[in-house]
Amino acid sequence: MKRIALLGMPNTGKSTFFNRLTGASARIGNWPGITVDLLGAKILLGPEIIEVVDLPGLYDLHGFAEDEQVVRRFLRNNPVDLLCIIVNATQIDQQLPLTLQLCQLGLPAIVVLNMIDEAERLGIRIDAATLAAGLGCPVCFVSAKYGRGFPETREQLRQMLSLNPPVDHAALQAELAKDEALLAKAEKLIARAVTLPRVLEYGLTERIDRIALHPLFGIPLFFLALFGLFQAVYTIGGPLQNSVAWLLEGFRSLALTPLQTVLPGWLYGLLVEGVYDGVGTVASFVPVIVLFFLGMALVEDSGYLSRIAFLMDALMARLGLDGRSFVMLLMGFGCNVPALMGTRIMRSRGLRLLTMLIIPFSLCSARLQVFVFLTTALFSPAQAPLVLFALYVLSFLTAFGTALLFKRRLGSNEPLLIELPPYRLPTLKQVALRGWHEVYHFLNRASRFIITGVVMIWLLTHLPPGAAVGSSETLAGWFGGWLEPLLKPIGIDQHMAIVLLFGFVAKEIVLGAMAVVYGLEGDALAHLMTQQMDGVQAFSLMLFTLIYTPCLSTMATLRSEAKSLAFTGVSIVWSLGLAWWLSFLFYQGARWLGY
Amino acid sequence: MSMVRLSDLPVGQYGIIEDLEAEEPFRLRLQALGFRIGKEVRLIRQALFGGPLQIRIGSVNVILRRRDAAFIHVWAGE
Repeated sequence: MKRIALLGMPNTGKSTFFNRLTGASARIGNWPGITVDLLGAKILLGPEIIEVVDLPGLYDLHGFAEDEQVVRRFLRNNPVDLLCIIVNATQIDQQLPLTLQLCQLGLPAIVVLNMIDEAERLGIRIDAATLAAGLGCPVCFVSAKYGRGFPETREQLRQMLSLNPPVDHAALQAELAKDEALLAKAEKLIARAVTLPRVLEYGLTERIDRIALHPLFGIPLFFLALFGLFQAVYTIGGPLQNSVAWLLEGFRSLALTPLQTVLPGWLYGLLVEGVYDGVGTVASFVPVIVLFFLGMALVEDSGYLSRIAFLMDALMARLGLDGRSFVMLLMGFGCNVPALMGTRIMRSRGLRLLTMLIIPFSLCSARLQVFVFLTTALFSPAQAPLVLFALYVLSFLTAFGTALLFKRRLGSNEPLLIELPPYRLPTLKQVALRGWHEVYHFLNRASRFIITGVVMIWLLTHLPPGAAVGSSETLAGWFGGWLEPLLKPIGIDQHMAIVLLFGFVAKEIVLGAMAVVYGLEGDALAHLMTQQMDGVQAFSLMLFTLIYTPCLSTMATLRSEAKSLAFTGVSIVWSLGLAWWLSFLFYQGARWLGY
Repeated sequence: MSMVRLSDLPVGQYGIIEDLEAEEPFRLRLQALGFRIGKEVRLIRQALFGGPLQIRIGSVNVILRRRDAAFIHVWAGE
């Protein structure tokens, strides 16, 4: 059976032409040498049955877009008796170079100028005889939309096929082989010089999506996956955290305690009880944080995030947001700063501001340290995970509630258009790099904020000289007394008031600050906490810590990304106010109920 | 074959793009992802509660809201 291949640029009405030429007999088929499906049809042309294949649109026969490679591979692997080149007559000047490329392939060809009616209306006059002579093949005029010129074109196709002109297959192969060789060379170079993430087989992506994007199970599955991620982090991270704490403690008693006899009392206090205990308490959480980020990296690089946008968009639309806002909220679980920067993909200012307003409520890894510490110290092993889960739920609820309240002012109608990439398996190297990046980030923040923070707190709780450590005579006591009327109604005492004050700068300081304020670290600190506060107070404290201003970096990023001081002000005032009121309602409510 | 809005195409069906009615910046983004007149699209699935649509165009999968998909007119195929 003879075969005609339809070729042309995208937007030439090639498919319309194909449909009209073949009627309704088209079907999708597989072809040797290529992996995509092409439309093919068998038609009766004169006495013979001819196969017509609709090849993908291309801009350049020697181009390297996927569709262009498909066309070349098809021509190399499947014998073609006639090329039917479709040209949009209204854009003939732009399309003629490709037409010449195709005519010079050495295959018999016929050029079909489509949309001829439109071209005529535009005043474009085409001299068919001159064009045909220049191209070296017959030219037909058609309007695929209205069927004009079809009988003539059919006749022309039949005549060309019946001439049975010789095809120079060797020349064709040679012509196309050059591009293949370039492609092979590029692939080889990439294999040697570039590491790409492994793309899962297309069919596999489809099968995973059938489950991951299932209308009923998609959303529950997502929350299950999220829960699984957290479970994995704590199951693996818990023992790691204990061993780091054990190492730090061992180093302290072996190497640092002997210094007590060498160093003056105040310097030992500042260095060991201040800096070492403060930073050490925070450092023991590094394994959990690193694991958490590894998990996030896995999700991020796998291509699942855009699926989450798909699943959550309907809910987010009701809050004046879109699926991307939810993804940014999830990114905020790691750190709010990159999540805020991530909103740059949104074009509508209202949508972007609304998303930036809710991101600070997402429970970042720094707050997570504080919550893990307090929940393990103050709640039973059975209760602790539930309390933590409740805090995550509250994180979502405050974010959603905020969006609902502000959506009238900041909502938008920006169209949503996201690509769903195939699933990818991140390489070990990528994941390892990411883990190292987080450790580096932590050490960086530790040197900048945490050490300064714990030193300042040590000074506040020890100055003026001679005052009893941590008593009301110290600077810390004075600050605490000043803040007391504000924080007592929410169950937070003087010591914690100081800690929260430093929490403004960075939540990483909070644990270190607690260690310094109470002069204890690790298990001893946890034990003291149980004497200092009960469950209701602890939850109120965590509620406040969750909702009030996350950290200076987040505020600075908010300011520079929004380019508005007023907006940053609104964000700070709103989160502080909301934190106080919710903690107040919770604390007073729980006390009133008799807890 | 009948002409419908892409948002009205039944799940699983193919359509051939006939017109992109969308405004300029959105239209360009659509075109960059392969939405061109004459291209075949398929509605793969729709999210729950009136959520977005998953559209396949060539080997590319994209998410579009129903509201935005209504700007794309297609010839519905079998």
